[in-house]
Amino acid sequence: MEHVTINPWAALAYLVAGVCFILALRGLSSPTSSQRGNRFGMIGMTIAVVTTLVTHAPWLVTNYAEDSYVARLDTVTLIEILAAIGIGATIGIVTARRIAMTAMPQLVAAFHSLVGMAAVLVAGAAFLNPEAFGIAAAGQIFTQSRIEMGLGVAIGAITFSGSVIAFLKLNGNMGGKPIMLPGRHVINLAVLAGILGLVAYFTQDQSPWVFWTITGLSFAIGFLLIIPIGGADMPVVVSMLNSYSGWAAAAMGFTLHNTAMIITGALVGSSGAILSYIMCRAMNRSFISVIAGGFGGDSGGGAAAAATDRPWKRGSAEDAAFLMSQAEQVIIVPGYGMAVAQAQHVLREMADKLKEEGVRVKYAIHPVAGRMPGHMNVLLAEANVPYDEVFELEDINSEFAQTDVAFIIGANDVVNPAAKTDKSSPIYGMPVFDVNKAKTVLFIKRSMGGVGYAGVDNDVFYQDNTMMLLADAKKMVEEIVKALG
Amino acid sequence: MDFISILSIFVMAVFVGYYVVWSVTPALHTPLMAVTNAISSVIIVGALIASAAIGIGGTGATSKWLGLLAVVLASINIFGGFAVTARMLAMYKKKDRPAAGHK
Repeated sequence: MEHVTINPWAALAYLVAGVCFILALRGLSSPTSSQRGNRFGMIGMTIAVVTTLVTHAPWLVTNYAEDSYVARLDTVTLIEILAAIGIGATIGIVTARRIAMTAMPQLVAAFHSLVGMAAVLVAGAAFLNPEAFGIAAAGQIFTQSRIEMGLGVAIGAITFSGSVIAFLKLNGNMGGKPIMLPGRHVINLAVLAGILGLVAYFTQDQSPWVFWTITGLSFAIGFLLIIPIGGADMPVVVSMLNSYSGWAAAAMGFTLHNTAMIITGALVGSSGAILSYIMCRAMNRSFISVIAGGFGGDSGGGAAAAATDRPWKRGSAEDAAFLMSQAEQVIIVPGYGMAVAQAQHVLREMADKLKEEGVRVKYAIHPVAGRMPGHMNVLLAEANVPYDEVFELEDINSEFAQTDVAFIIGANDVVNPAAKTDKSSPIYGMPVFDVNKAKTVLFIKRSMGGVGYAGVDNDVFYQDNTMMLLADAKKMVEEIVKALG
Repeated sequence: MDFISILSIFVMAVFVGYYVVWSVTPALHTPLMAVTNAISSVIIVGALIASAAIGIGGTGATSKWLGLLAVVLASINIFGGFAVTARMLAMYKKKDRPAAGHK
């Protein structure tokens, strides 16, 4: 079989870049080493880009002739490339500086779509000019490269269109409600089979129509796969697309025989896969059922309507302030509602006031709180909440029994005891916080009518020791801060 | 390099990824996604090769322009991804340190 030849020094440099990327992820094992890790990532990327440019410097490209397609950097080309990088850098840095932390899930989805599109463009460029990539002889692309290229363009296109839909859903341009097409499973399987069949046929026939049909069908399937998935499952979708963007990079790495791309693709691919698994486990859903879609719209309704005549207690900000200032320990359970109301900063003020009074304050974060993995942690960090006051589900759940006040803000399903007791509940089996064991539960909620994403009623509302604080989360916390004096 | 050596690197890297990612603290899962995004844009290497190629004839020129467009997209991701990760990571502070000025 024909081989792509790569300069050994360049191969070594790409390997070093790959190792830098491993160290970048390794750094994230603790907040103290994380910034160093990020710098390793930047170093790795610089090495990869510089190596590519240097290996195409005019004096190193020897097999070049005026009429060939071989890649060789002349001055004009170099200026074009630097301009392209400059444009991208400006857009990227400005966006990164301006974006609100609450909008991080949308931003990540948008970034995923760019990786997907870049993969499609690179695969397209390689298809149109295979000699430049050293993957063809006499106009015939190597068989192995055709498979890699076909898979690369397919995964890239799926990542792109899937991420665009995820972005529109997360950004609110498109409703969170699942859109269910009739017979969608059959359509999806047929399209997938069509893509795989065409990739196989592509090894026999490298006509443009085969390549571009693979691309078109893949764009379509990415779109079809994500539209039936509801808002509540978006954390899984975002992680899954993260994984796909990695596999797309890996497939292109196979085409170009580039170790940096292969190592990175494998890292990112497994990272996204693990995050999807963690999210699914935290919701007690199987990956297949998430992919099949249809779960969770913008808000439920039916289940709650019947239950609202049950008696419940309403409290005021003053009551809440009094209860918490008398407490020994308060655990705050934030959810997506806190992010929507932008209540994280005033929440930290409240915690500071309580700490002045000698109250121990802790934060409890559920893995699926927010719209992406770790979203709540970032929002609390933004509000200057020290990360050692923030705890994961399994580390803090046993503490509720010895806690005076559980303060729930913008969360609902993750504190619903039905997940443990009611086998018929759609959230049955999901790990939840045992807030009902705390002496008092303070539950901030907009109104009694609405229910969580899963559309199920919550028994915690009607407990004797629960006080409902019905208001906008931010306003309510502001009033509590005032009442604390 | 032949296919088997490349495949070996890939399989080993998947295992490395598996263990490294499980060691990431859940509090940093959002920065993890942002940084993986940035590094997966190493696909810019392919974009650079396409851009560096001389554009002869119709397909050659198209290939070059696709490459340059991919350089722009990947650069948005690289610079944006690393910058937003750095911004997030700078927010994570310990208890004893005084709160910095951000909001």
